[in-house]
Amino acid sequence: METPIEVSGLVKTFGRTRALDGLDLTVRAGEVHGFLGPNGAGKSTTIRVLLGLLRADAGAVRLLGGDPWRDAVALHRRLAYVPGDVTLWPTLSGGEVIDLLGRMRGGLDPKRRAELLESFELDPRKKGRAYSKGNRQKVGLVAALASDVELLVLDEPTSGLDPLMEEVFQHWVHRAKQDGRTVLLSSHILAEVEALCDRVTIIRNGRAVESGTLGELRHLHRTSIDAELAAPLDGLADLPGVHDLRVDGTRVRFDVDGAALDTALRRLTELGVRSLVSKPPTLEELFLRHYETTPVEVNA
Amino acid sequence: MSTLTGTRHLVRLILRRDRFLLPLWILVLAVLPMTYATSFFDLFPTEAQRAAYAAGTARNPSIIALLGPVYGDSVGALTAQRGGFLLVIIGLASLLTVVRHTRTEEEAGRRELLGSTVLGRYAGLTAALLVTYVADLLLGLLTAAGLASTGLPAAGSYAYGLAAALTGIAFATIGGLAAQLTETAGGARGIGIAVLAAAFALRLVGDTASNDWPSWLSPLGWAARVRPYAGERWWVLALPLIVSALVAAVAYPLSVRRDLGAGLLPPRLGPATGGTALTGPFGLAWRLHRGQILWWSVGFGLLGLILGGAAKAAGRSVEGNPQLEEIMARIGGASGLAEAYLGATLSLAGLAAAGYGVQAALRMRAEEAAGRAEPLLATETHRATWLLSHVVFALLGPVVVLAVTGLATGLTYGLSVHDVPGALPRMLGAALAQVPAAWVLAGFAVLLYGLLPRLAPVAWGVLAVCVLLGQLGAVLKLSQWLLDLSPFTHTPQTLRDHWSATPLWALTLLALLLAAAGLTGFHRRDVPTT
Repeated sequence: METPIEVSGLVKTFGRTRALDGLDLTVRAGEVHGFLGPNGAGKSTTIRVLLGLLRADAGAVRLLGGDPWRDAVALHRRLAYVPGDVTLWPTLSGGEVIDLLGRMRGGLDPKRRAELLESFELDPRKKGRAYSKGNRQKVGLVAALASDVELLVLDEPTSGLDPLMEEVFQHWVHRAKQDGRTVLLSSHILAEVEALCDRVTIIRNGRAVESGTLGELRHLHRTSIDAELAAPLDGLADLPGVHDLRVDGTRVRFDVDGAALDTALRRLTELGVRSLVSKPPTLEELFLRHYETTPVEVNA
Repeated sequence: MSTLTGTRHLVRLILRRDRFLLPLWILVLAVLPMTYATSFFDLFPTEAQRAAYAAGTARNPSIIALLGPVYGDSVGALTAQRGGFLLVIIGLASLLTVVRHTRTEEEAGRRELLGSTVLGRYAGLTAALLVTYVADLLLGLLTAAGLASTGLPAAGSYAYGLAAALTGIAFATIGGLAAQLTETAGGARGIGIAVLAAAFALRLVGDTASNDWPSWLSPLGWAARVRPYAGERWWVLALPLIVSALVAAVAYPLSVRRDLGAGLLPPRLGPATGGTALTGPFGLAWRLHRGQILWWSVGFGLLGLILGGAAKAAGRSVEGNPQLEEIMARIGGASGLAEAYLGATLSLAGLAAAGYGVQAALRMRAEEAAGRAEPLLATETHRATWLLSHVVFALLGPVVVLAVTGLATGLTYGLSVHDVPGALPRMLGAALAQVPAAWVLAGFAVLLYGLLPRLAPVAWGVLAVCVLLGQLGAVLKLSQWLLDLSPFTHTPQTLRDHWSATPLWALTLLALLLAAAGLTGFHRRDVPTT
């Protein structure tokens, strides 16, 4: 089976702004791929290039085995797209938009359409202008999820949805995965990506800074340790890979790199451990490390 | 908190947003009357020449239909009449400005954000009206100063300037009311323009008929009735003030009684599923354009009925003047004059139909800018198909609108001369002859949209230039090559005996080439281009 999305060295400039600066992205068939980055990192630009709406300045882009610019129409039959800000025609009802988009993608499953409307609690009779932000987003989601396509391209699709609807959304993405669809999910909501995605690509300033499974990414990062020891600690601070060490009597807290974890734990057990809590880094922490703290070396 | 709290901030916001647009229309519209005056001084240096021109003008119903009556034969009086059509443009600019800063903001959701700040309930409407009122007054004062600087009497100059300003103010207020009625800015603009068109029709009927009472009912008729440079009747200036006060007295309570974003009519529910017609881009484009086509057709049909019915009377207005009757006899008698009048009004309809074409083409830009083109182009819709679904309406719309105008004109004119079978096809033909020139403008809008989407609204400017060339070319003694730039200059007068169809083919070809170039550009560019 072909790789649904393969992007390498993608460059896109708008005037003097370099929105994408050598971006790499690979999405494998049947996976839910998280596409993470802060606002303005280039997520939407990448997606628009994938949809053949924007023309790449440099780099290789393959979508479902074709060229997204040249073969746009043929490829679009096989995918459904939800923009981050769904705008509707003010005079068309939500149901009309769902059916219109579905028909223009080559048909949608009426049974799934009804199920989706029910689970998203969406009234399809309201006119476009009468919907709130969250409900407009639901119209886009129902139209995409009810379509019979092999690839779903979702650009921050849950913006404006409440937590209950967020759960409904996750349920339907799981179902899409079970049905064998591939999903590219751009997001800056980390909990959503943690809950849904098999693999993640983190992008910053138009470049992919990390790519891999959540497990692989965590492997590259630190674990937070909070331990109560039998005796006061000494000699841990000079161990390479240990950071932010705080000692309060027999209680120690520190972060440790994956590679130094084993050595650090040995040192602790030598002293005697009364209690120990270790936490894997959340995506928030991975994220903070990339966007808030000092520059981090790019991991291929 | 007072109901006007925050008006000051909104005024500054409007001035910031319109810092180019507002001075532009104020200046252009204020300078034009001055150029009329200087060209009249140049054209008719002697009193006898002016008297002859004034007599001719006073007898020419097509000029009166367009500009209004002429009172006297002084340069001032001639200038005031020549500025008659400017009143329509001032009214339009004023009402569009008010709608743009009230309902458009509300529809886009920007007013909601502002409404959450310290803002009085009346502040939004007041700020928009205030800015437009001041702009109109500034326009009036500049006009007056400009006219006086050419050597015209000060009293008449100020009478004309104030009359123009107050006409603008009246339509600004009407725009403010229209903005309260509908949920959409497009709907509000439509209501405002319909009122403007009705006012124009009333004035036209009143000025060309023997009794001018309909003109007294029209806000566009009052400026002439102030009689600038011809024994000013200052009290007439009170009429637009009274109307503005009355309209505002309705608009303000409406603006607070309704919810933010809501119109007077509650929104209705739509169908839960897409009907069989809504299967692709063309079905969607039909849904988006059909309302406009319908309303334009109704408006143009009514206008055609009025114009056709008034034509015979217009042709007879030369009776009693032996000299003119003799001239008229040579060009075909009263019926010749009536047909010349109809030809002139149908060419105006052609300009308006071009306006339809331009707005239909620019619809694509609005769709793209709002993010509604993107999801469609991410389906199996080809870019060309999406573009064509709108271009079809930009091209067919003018045909429909002009055909309706021609048929309506032919019907009432035919009834008045007891020859419907003869008049109907002639008027339909004369109306449809305007189509190719209108297509050129629509094609130009498509070209801009495809190649330089950010500059797409320039198409309106080009149409405005065509209107000015057509209406002022002769007065300003512009050279022929300049006039030839406007496609409307090349439209043949099919109501005359000899005319050639060649320009029609040439214009059609040009329009298609422009649209095709636009399509090619659209294929290559990024969507959305912001």
